[in-house]
Amino acid sequence: MATLFLPRAIASLVDGIDQVEIDAPRVVELLQELVRRYPAVEDRLGEMAVAVDGDIYHDADYVPLQPNSDVHLVPRIAGGSPEETGA
Amino acid sequence: MSARQFTHIGTRPVRHDGADKVTGRANFGADFALPGMLHGAVLRSPHGHARILSIDTSTAAALPGVKAIVTGRDFPKTDSKVWLGGEGALDLGDMGDNLMARDKVLYDGHAVAAVAATSLAVAREALTHITVVYETLEPAMSLARALADDAPILHTDLKTSGQPAPESGGPTNVAARMELSRGDVEQALADADVVVEGEFQTPMVHQGYIEPHACVARHGTDGRVVVWCPTQGPFLVRDACAGILGIDAATIRVIPSEIGGGFGGKIPVYLEPVAIVLSQKSGRPVKIVMDRDEVFRATGPTSGSRVVMQLGAMRDGRLVAAKASMWYEAGAYPGSPSGAAAMCALACYTIPNFFIESFDVVVNKPKVAAYRAPGSPMSTFATESLVDEVARRLERDPIDLRLQNAVSEGDQAPYGPKYGPIGLKAILDAVREHPHWTAPLGTHQGRGVACGFWFNAGMNSSATVALDTDGSATVVTGNPDIGGTRVAQAMMVSEELGIPVERVRPVVADTDTAGYTDLTAGSRTCYATGMAIINAAQDVKEQLRLRAAKVWDVEPDQVAWEDGHVRSLVEGDERPPLTLNELAATLAKTGGPVVGSASVNARMAGPAFAANICDIDVDLETGRSTVVRYTAIQDAGKAVHPSFVEGQMQGGAAQGIGWALNEAYLYDDDGRLQNPGFLDYRMPVASDLPMIDTVIVEVANPSHPYGVRGVGEVPIVPPLAAVANAVRGATGVRFTELPMSPPRVLAGIESLESA
Amino acid sequence: MSRIHVETTINGEPAEFLCSGEDTLLTALRDTLSLTGTKEGCSTGDCGACSVLLDGRLVPGCLVLAAEVEGRTVTTVEGIADRDSLHPVQQAFLNQAALQCGICTPGFMVAAKALLDANPDPTEQEARYWLAGNLCRCTGYDKIIRAVLDAAADMRKATA
Repeated sequence: MATLFLPRAIASLVDGIDQVEIDAPRVVELLQELVRRYPAVEDRLGEMAVAVDGDIYHDADYVPLQPNSDVHLVPRIAGGSPEETGA
Repeated sequence: MSARQFTHIGTRPVRHDGADKVTGRANFGADFALPGMLHGAVLRSPHGHARILSIDTSTAAALPGVKAIVTGRDFPKTDSKVWLGGEGALDLGDMGDNLMARDKVLYDGHAVAAVAATSLAVAREALTHITVVYETLEPAMSLARALADDAPILHTDLKTSGQPAPESGGPTNVAARMELSRGDVEQALADADVVVEGEFQTPMVHQGYIEPHACVARHGTDGRVVVWCPTQGPFLVRDACAGILGIDAATIRVIPSEIGGGFGGKIPVYLEPVAIVLSQKSGRPVKIVMDRDEVFRATGPTSGSRVVMQLGAMRDGRLVAAKASMWYEAGAYPGSPSGAAAMCALACYTIPNFFIESFDVVVNKPKVAAYRAPGSPMSTFATESLVDEVARRLERDPIDLRLQNAVSEGDQAPYGPKYGPIGLKAILDAVREHPHWTAPLGTHQGRGVACGFWFNAGMNSSATVALDTDGSATVVTGNPDIGGTRVAQAMMVSEELGIPVERVRPVVADTDTAGYTDLTAGSRTCYATGMAIINAAQDVKEQLRLRAAKVWDVEPDQVAWEDGHVRSLVEGDERPPLTLNELAATLAKTGGPVVGSASVNARMAGPAFAANICDIDVDLETGRSTVVRYTAIQDAGKAVHPSFVEGQMQGGAAQGIGWALNEAYLYDDDGRLQNPGFLDYRMPVASDLPMIDTVIVEVANPSHPYGVRGVGEVPIVPPLAAVANAVRGATGVRFTELPMSPPRVLAGIESLESA
Repeated sequence: MSRIHVETTINGEPAEFLCSGEDTLLTALRDTLSLTGTKEGCSTGDCGACSVLLDGRLVPGCLVLAAEVEGRTVTTVEGIADRDSLHPVQQAFLNQAALQCGICTPGFMVAAKALLDANPDPTEQEARYWLAGNLCRCTGYDKIIRAVLDAAADMRKATA
């Protein structure tokens, strides 16, 4: 089971749940399961990047998960960000 | 990671493009010309905020020598975006509107028309014959005005995005809101033994690259477009031009020239689509070069900011609570680095309870572009000033206090995940051990220290390494070389293949030649493109191993690389090992040339930390502050070419010192920029600065085969607070507004004396 | 438009060109004579990227009219190296990695050569003030000043 940590801004949409255990082989399946359980978060996922075991991925879908992986949804840095326009 | 012994990495060879650059042979943006080329010039708004009622170009068009004129009507409206690294996006609708206004001008310098003519003189004269009728509007020239209930609204359709979306219905200038929190900040502040607070303001400042933006564009009769320009991202220029103009990116080739500085400011397109349309209309190549006034008025500054922060600590020095609200100017279109600012603000410390909200606010100033660790210097200015105050209140050594609270491996970053191996504590130890830290100070002198954090980007990179029969090699990437990346790339090939670095030819290729590669930005070139190069070189090695098997007529698994040679593993095989040169010489016989290639989409990893020590001498009569000694300490993971790593540290420190002491955009109430030139926008010159000492700490980044971390951005994060903390020490005054110019410092000293 | 015919000496060679009365020396060098090593950073005399020597004196090319160089001698960055070897200050910049983007470098080459011609043994402070008219945004000047002082030492050694 990977542990998915939700930031406050997302947790506030799902009754304050800030930690979810999900059994998934990869990030894409993990997020699909999250949305299945908590449809309210779906609109918000576009704002988030994904960190797996400490490393932030830009394209995380096919990153494999270990049984004890820690997955964090990290605010996507909009505008002048490292992804977008980091200098 | 086991400590790998390097042969080339960590040495200081002369850069391959060096001789061209010291003799004037290197070609920068404005140095390129084509036969039959026209010269373009851009008409810009003199107003900070105005509706365009009409534009009459007929008189200008009739001028002899004028071949084409464009206005906003010549650019299709688009809502497309360029996706970068699959994550962020640049809004091409805004970028298109920014490079040629359609309905409204949103800042002094906003382009409204452009002319191509047979000479620059004719083009400039033609501009004076274009009549634009404006209905002027009140400009929003400050955060306070932009946020007021009766604020002038820049974009009537703007809605606040963010998390959670605030309950706002009416028109707004707030483009985004972001929130980060952990623990119970109110309770922790109430329980804290010491709470310090402040309101910190920084002005809009410019990257200040010495080379103005320039380009030549040729739109061929076959519909194919070629653009020559200095840019941090040739592929981005290609994709942005295609999106803004509604043409297929496959028909555009972008050839990067040498680039005379960028720091993030040469990522957006300003001129290229304009030149393409002028070329299309005139049937001739078109060159446009900005003058310095245009660079200041219409290109990439970074945000002015306001940060209100409270920091709570216990008597034993533990930082226990931080609460902050921060507002960042986006300029005329959404997209300030307010989100990154929030994520960086507390990244150096283990603070269990915090709440940060940040706002992206549009104002009638140029759309901000990235500037070295975008967003982090301003929020860090607040944090590190307050940490300094906590140390003073608790009578603690500022290094000890920081070490007590510094993050290390396994700590949770304020933005979520746990840190891997990071160097902050090693940096702080290095600060304490540095002779600068304990050197005596003169009268009216003060010493300040501050830390800083930046993420460092990964993203997409491609590289090829081609081996010649003479044992030399060419390495090709798509990253323009702004600060010595060519030599660093060659050194990586040397390290892998054992070729002398001067026999490796590093090439910056154009978009038709290189595999797709993201920007030279985000401190990613040595890290991410470096990984592609290392992998491509290893691909060459693997192919050579198979060639050796062919030469010896043995099974491939009976051949291996050992100590820089290929060796037969067949028992009893007495044949001597083959060198790379020997194998290279046999290429024609063993299957032809060898080209290794590799691509990566590197994860964003290897956070960068830095600390600076600043000694300042304040003239109490004039308020003038002079930096008399400066030391920058940074974790580079592994310094590929230490001279260029030091150069990044020194250059970032100098930019930060300028930001702290002198630089600022000055607007009048009508929104006109008052200081669009180097005389009045005062960047540091050689006589303003001392030598900038450097200490490179190396805590290997496990995401990179050599341990490399990005180094280009974090150097600008600590200086604002390091300087302010030094001025506090010298004068007793805590300055919370930049720049700490002589009049401001003098006023601060006088108010302290009269208090 | 009538044009002015100018005869001058550039980098030791006789040169002639036509210009208008408004053309700057910088424009004539870059656009008319294709000597693009001299860079344009501001055109207001504030950045030093267009530094050239006029009769041996350091001037910004953007503040000199092209017509003014009639009968005089101009030295640009293209004229600093010998045929066979770089000028010591050029070599010192390479050894010290005293350039990053390189756009200000031609101006520094010319200004530093002028300094060392006038003062073969400058102090750090003298070098900093002499070069204060040349902006560099990349390096923080540290390696530039070191390179200039190194070059001075090398040149003194060579003539000792």
